[in-house]
Amino acid sequence: MAEGRVVGIDLGTTNSLVAYMQGEAPVVIPGADGSNLVPSVVALDPLPAGGGRPTVTVGNTARKALIETPERVIYSVKRLMGRGLEEIHDELKMFPFRLAEDVEAGEVPRIKLGELKFTPPEISAYVLRQLKRNAERFFGEQVTQAVITVPAYFNDAQRQATKDAGRMAGLEVLRLVNEPTAAALAYGLDRAKVGTIAVYDLGGGTFDISILKLKDGIFEVQSTNGDTHLGGDDIDNLLLAIALDEIHAEHGIDLRAHPSAVQAVRKAAIEAKIKLSTEPSASFNIELPNGDRYQREIPRAVFELLIEPILERTAGPCKQAIADAGITPEEIDEVVLVGGSTRIPAVRQLVDQIFHLAPRGKKPHIELNPDEVVALGAAVQADILAGDSKTTEEMLLLDVTPLSLGIEALGGTVARIIERNSTIPASATEHFTTGVDGQTNVAIHVVQGERELASDCRSLARFDLKGIPPMSAGLPRIEVRFLIDADGILQVTAREQRSGQAAEIEVKPTYGLTDEQVEGMILDSFDHAEEDFAKRLLIEARNEAETILTAVERAPQNPAWALLSGEEQAAISAARGKLEAVKLGSDPAAIRDATLALDQATRRFAELMMDAAVTTAIRGKTMGVAGEELGDAVTAPHAMAPAEFK
Amino acid sequence: MFKVLDSAVPIACWSCSVGHVESTLFCPHCSKIQPPSGSDFFHVFGLDHLFTIDLEALETEFHRLSRKLHPDRYARAGEIERQWSLADTALLNDAYRTLKDPISRTEYLLKLEGAEIGEEFSGKDRAANGKDPSRVPADLLEEVFDLNMQLEEMRMARKMGEEDPSLTASLTDAKKKFDILMDAVDQDLRRQWQVWDSGDDAVRAVSQKKMVALLDRRRYLNNLVRDVTETLGA
Repeated sequence: MAEGRVVGIDLGTTNSLVAYMQGEAPVVIPGADGSNLVPSVVALDPLPAGGGRPTVTVGNTARKALIETPERVIYSVKRLMGRGLEEIHDELKMFPFRLAEDVEAGEVPRIKLGELKFTPPEISAYVLRQLKRNAERFFGEQVTQAVITVPAYFNDAQRQATKDAGRMAGLEVLRLVNEPTAAALAYGLDRAKVGTIAVYDLGGGTFDISILKLKDGIFEVQSTNGDTHLGGDDIDNLLLAIALDEIHAEHGIDLRAHPSAVQAVRKAAIEAKIKLSTEPSASFNIELPNGDRYQREIPRAVFELLIEPILERTAGPCKQAIADAGITPEEIDEVVLVGGSTRIPAVRQLVDQIFHLAPRGKKPHIELNPDEVVALGAAVQADILAGDSKTTEEMLLLDVTPLSLGIEALGGTVARIIERNSTIPASATEHFTTGVDGQTNVAIHVVQGERELASDCRSLARFDLKGIPPMSAGLPRIEVRFLIDADGILQVTAREQRSGQAAEIEVKPTYGLTDEQVEGMILDSFDHAEEDFAKRLLIEARNEAETILTAVERAPQNPAWALLSGEEQAAISAARGKLEAVKLGSDPAAIRDATLALDQATRRFAELMMDAAVTTAIRGKTMGVAGEELGDAVTAPHAMAPAEFK
Repeated sequence: MFKVLDSAVPIACWSCSVGHVESTLFCPHCSKIQPPSGSDFFHVFGLDHLFTIDLEALETEFHRLSRKLHPDRYARAGEIERQWSLADTALLNDAYRTLKDPISRTEYLLKLEGAEIGEEFSGKDRAANGKDPSRVPADLLEEVFDLNMQLEEMRMARKMGEEDPSLTASLTDAKKKFDILMDAVDQDLRRQWQVWDSGDDAVRAVSQKKMVALLDRRRYLNNLVRDVTETLGA
C-alpha cells in the first residue's frame, strides 16, 4: 500500500478545512482562492444546454449562488447527517431543505437540489472531495487517507454517515476524531504536560464539551457531553425569524414565500451577529421586494438578551460533564474555546461563570483561531496515525463514547451494557436465550442514550440472531459481543455457545446506507483512476506555469523592475528559462518545482511592486498570495497560492 | 456477564507460527501483536486477585499498555494486526474501567471468586430496585417508608406547582443521613478488602459473604440517594 500523506479534515456545519503536519506544526491548506475555509455549501449549476448532468460546485462559489438560485443550493447539511425522516422535521422548519417526496420511513432522506436528489452523506462527500482536491493541488500528489472530525456528541448513525461520506469522496477514513479532542491535541502540542483541561466547542450547528486529563503525552478524555443541534445557526435563525416577523407586521409582506429574500435577510442577520461581537450595536437595512426598506437597530444588550436562552442550553451539558468527570470546576486547569460562536462576548462570560475562571485569575484559551483549531488538531491526529513522526510519537488520544449503549429489555426498558464516557474501544458481552421451545431466532434492539425507556433513546439497530439450533426454551446460550471501536461505531458479533455455532446476524441500522448503496454513490469514480489523475495534475501544473510566465513576461514594463539589481534580474531570467524548458515535458512535479522556483525568484519584485501602504500587510508573502489578497489592484505575476512541493 | 473475550487462544503466533505457551500480548519471537487471551481483568495488568490496588500504578500501566496496543498505533497496519489491536485495547479498556472503580472492582473480583452478586450495577433492574420492600435492609425499613411518603408528597406538590420548604429541608436532611450511611458502608468494605487480601480460605469465605451483603446495602442506599437527588433537583 502506498504510504501517502494523511490529512486532517474538519467537516463543519458552516465551514470545512483540511490541514496537515508541516514538520512540527499543523497548518491549514488553502484552496485555489487562497482561502483556508471552504464554506460547507454545495450548489448545482444550471442544466447544461446540450443536456447531461449539471456540474456541482462547492464552497465560496456555491455560497454566491445562495441568493440567486436558493433552490439549487444546500448548506448546514451536517445537521441532517445520520438522521431519520421523522427526526428532521424541526430542521426542515428552520432550513430551506427540500426533501424529495418519494422518501419512505426508514430510508435515508434525500434532499432535492434542482433536478437531482442527494442523501446528506453525498452532499458532504462533495465538500470532502473539494478538500481532497485542495490538498492534492497543494502537495502535487494524490491524497487518499484522512482523519475526519465529528462532534463528540455524535451518535453511531451520525458517525457512520460521516464515514460513508468519506468513502464516497474517495478517502479512506483512518479515524473519526471528536472535535473538542482534536482541539485539545492542537493546543497540547506546546503546552504543559500535566493537567485537566475543558474544551468548550460552540460551532455553527453543534455544541460539545469535553474534559480531558493530560499526562506524559496521553490525552485521556474523562467525560464529554453536548447537543448536536445547537450552535450559531440557531442564533442566525432566531434573528431571521424576528426580522421576518417584523417585516410582516410593519410592511405587510410575508417574505417566507420568497426564498431569495429570506436568504438576503439571513445574510444580513449573520453579518449583524458577527458585528455584535466587536461593536456595541449593529443594524439591519434591507430593501424589500416592494421597494420599502426594513431598518432596525440592534444594540448588543438586546442581542444578548435574545440569545440568552440559546447560550444557557450549553450550561447543563457543561455541568453534567464536570460531574461525570468526578471533579469540581476549580480542578479544571485550563479552558479552551473552539468554534466561531465562541467569539461572542456573552459566550465568553458564560464560560467564565461555569468554570469559575475570573475568581481564579484565569482566562480561556483563544490563542489558536477558533475556526481552524479543530482542523489543526485533526492534522496532529493524522500525524499520529501515519506513524514515524518524532513530533507526535509520544502522543496518544484516549477518547470516550458520549452516549450509553443499551439493549431493549422486557417492558421496553433499557438495559445499559456500555456506560457513557467509557474509554473506547469498549466492549460488553451479553447472553441471550429463547423463550419458546424450538425457537430459532431472537430479536435484539440496540439503542443509544441515557433515558430509561428504549422509545426515548436513539434506536441504533435491530437484528435477529438467526439459525439457533432448535432446543427447549431457555437452553440455548447465545453470546453477543458489542464492541464500540475507536471511531465510536458499534460492531456486533454473536455465537451460540452450546452448539458452538456462530449465529448469523445481520445488523440492520435503523437509519443509514447499506454498503452497496455507499458503493453506488462513490463520486464519479472515474476521476480517481490513476491515469486520469496524472493527466489532470499535468494540465493543472501547465496552467499554473503559463500564468506565472505571462506575468513575468510583462514584468520589465513595471517601474519596480528597474529597482532590482542586475543579479536579481538575472536570477529571474534563469528561473524563467528553466520553467520554459520543463513546461512542455510530461512531469508535473518538475513543472511545479520550476514554477515554485520562479515564484520565489520574483518574491522581492512582488514586494517592490506593491505600494508602500500595502507592503506592510503582505510582507513576507509570495507574489501569488499578495496578488490574490489585493485583487485586481495589482498585476500579480501569477495567481497561485504558495505551495510546498515534494 | 464477566466472561472475558474467549476467542480461541492460538497455540502458535498467527504471523510467524512459532508456538507460545503463556498467553501474551506480543509474540516473543516476532513481536507481532497477538489476540486477547482468556485472561481476566487482573491478569491484563499482571495483578494478583486482590481487592486492594495501587491506583497510580494501575494508571501508569494502563498508559504504558495503551501506547503499545491502541488502534492508533496500527492505523496503517494489516487487517489482522488491526483486528487484534482493537480487541486487545477493548479488553484493556474494559479491564481498566472495571478495576479503577472500587465498587465495580469489588463486584468483579467477588464474581471471579464465585460469589452471587445482584445484577444492578449495569442499571438493569433499576426500576425494580428500591421499590421492592422485601429487599429493604431491616434497620432502614421505617425510614425508607417515611422517605417514600415524603418523596411522593414532594412530587405531588411539584405537579401542583407548589414548593414546601419544610419538605425540602427534611428531604435534604434524609439525603445527608443516607450519604453518611454510604460512607460507613464504604469504610466497612475497605476493611473487608484487607481482611480478605491477607486472609486464608476460611477467612476469605466469611469476608466474601460480608462484602456481598455490604454491596447489597450500598446499592440500596445508592438508589435512595439518587431518588432523593432527582426529586430535589427536578
